[in-house]
Amino acid sequence: MTQPQSVGVVEPQRMRFEAPLALKSGGQLDEYELVFETYGELNAERSNAVLVCHALSGSHHLAGHYADAPENKGWWDNLIGPGKPLDTRKFFVIGVNNLGGCYGSTGPASINPATGVAYGADFPFVTVEDWVDSQARLADRLGIKRFAAIVGGSLGGMQALSWTLRYPDRVGSAAVIAAAPKLSTENIAFNEVARQAILTDPEFHGGNFYAHGVVPERGLKLARMIGHITYLSDDAMATKFGRNLRHGKQVYSFDVEFEIESYLRYQGTKFAGYFDANTYLLTTKALDYFDPAFEYGGNLNTALANAQADFLVVSFSTDWRFPPERSREIVNALLHNRRNVSYAEVECAAGHDSFLLDDPQYHGVLSAWFDRI
Amino acid sequence: MKSLRYDHEVIAAWIEPGERVLDLGCGDGQLLRYLEDSRQVLAYGVEKDPDNVRACVANGVNVLQIDLEKGLAGFEDGYFDHVIMSLSLQAVHNTVGILEEMLRVGREAVVSFPNFAYWKHRESILQGHMPVGEDLPYQWYNTPNVRFFTIADFEALCAMHGIKIHEGLGFDRGELVKEDHNFLASVGLFRLGH
Repeated sequence: MTQPQSVGVVEPQRMRFEAPLALKSGGQLDEYELVFETYGELNAERSNAVLVCHALSGSHHLAGHYADAPENKGWWDNLIGPGKPLDTRKFFVIGVNNLGGCYGSTGPASINPATGVAYGADFPFVTVEDWVDSQARLADRLGIKRFAAIVGGSLGGMQALSWTLRYPDRVGSAAVIAAAPKLSTENIAFNEVARQAILTDPEFHGGNFYAHGVVPERGLKLARMIGHITYLSDDAMATKFGRNLRHGKQVYSFDVEFEIESYLRYQGTKFAGYFDANTYLLTTKALDYFDPAFEYGGNLNTALANAQADFLVVSFSTDWRFPPERSREIVNALLHNRRNVSYAEVECAAGHDSFLLDDPQYHGVLSAWFDRI
Repeated sequence: MKSLRYDHEVIAAWIEPGERVLDLGCGDGQLLRYLEDSRQVLAYGVEKDPDNVRACVANGVNVLQIDLEKGLAGFEDGYFDHVIMSLSLQAVHNTVGILEEMLRVGREAVVSFPNFAYWKHRESILQGHMPVGEDLPYQWYNTPNVRFFTIADFEALCAMHGIKIHEGLGFDRGELVKEDHNFLASVGLFRLGH
């Protein structure tokens, strides 16, 4: 067996779509661009394509690095490459930046052709279903009728699930990782706090901050701090930071004292430096709205009746954002519909973010699963 | 615990093509693979050991990583035609609970287990030691087994809880035992119903 390797130097590609895309919200994008990356080769039968959908703050950059930025590794580099669980010697892997994103696909910071200035607040609401539809058009252009597999974690898992319902005959297998069939009330509550942090930042300017040459940095920072807490487990945080004090004693101030404060502020500031506030708002709303059972009176069994794919569902024991019971809801509905489904409940200390890490059981199951595809 | 081939063949004979089957404590999925290949069933396994879960996925059988001790919540009443528990019942704490759950989610339950009253085991005990053998391949201090019972005990438990025994077979080293199961069989294999 060869040692797992990186896919090496990669380059993003861009594709323009001129046909209007009707959105679930009732809005429309007259034209748009998607930025994506691919790794491996599409085979002659065009049957080995795997689409990887990204989570809230993810992008199309799944694996490898850019020639001028060797440090900027793809967010799933541990999973994708020659000899890795998603082996690029066998599969043609595609990562797409979602519409409304801030990594090159048409989003709120893009120029609105109708006005000649950035969309800002005018960018329409986009949903998981819209993303799936836009990805299907990209697949059409690439000549991919049917994906060998569609994979995603968290919000990416919701996209993978949505694919199996919107385009059942275009998905051979689907891996739904650290996801849920819909957000819990508590999830929505956290999202709302994050959004309020952004919406009430004086630099937000109703979403049109681009015109003012500012960014709502404080709001974004707070939003990320809130989000970050929910991605980790209590144990993981305690192990990493504990109650360690920076000065070795309590100094009774609101400056950074506990190490966890330092960490959250650092992560928040870093995030606010590169992520778009409107993208954050739109994406958390897309999470809130996702609920395939909604139009079936809340009956998930009925909602999943159309799915044809073979499923792998994975959850992580310490994920309290999307705990194992939420994944089991998907599993049970798939059982009801007599689908092929395997479910791994991975013992892992790291909380929701575990889906980005290379836990041996997690990657072992993915390897075995991809081997069978 | 390694499943035995004869066990699989007898179980397969009780299963009609196209049935829905659940295998509890399915190990690496060997039995399910066999049933899918020979009976074209829609099969799912339940397993809690991570290595076995991976092995099932590698074998191409559906596996659900669930701790059996927590019951079968989430599985619908009467969904399965057969719910199988091959050589695992003795490793479950909640014996009655799991038998009732098997008969809740399945039309019939199939269980096999090592018989502690097997004559060689009795011999061991008479000589002052816990039995160790082909069907009990562990020492007392490292055994995964938590319940130590006999075919006679099991039949009594079924009678006490109104579980109908449709068929009860005994085996010794893979050979069918014709009489006096509780003395001559090292493994009991039962087909149960309401």
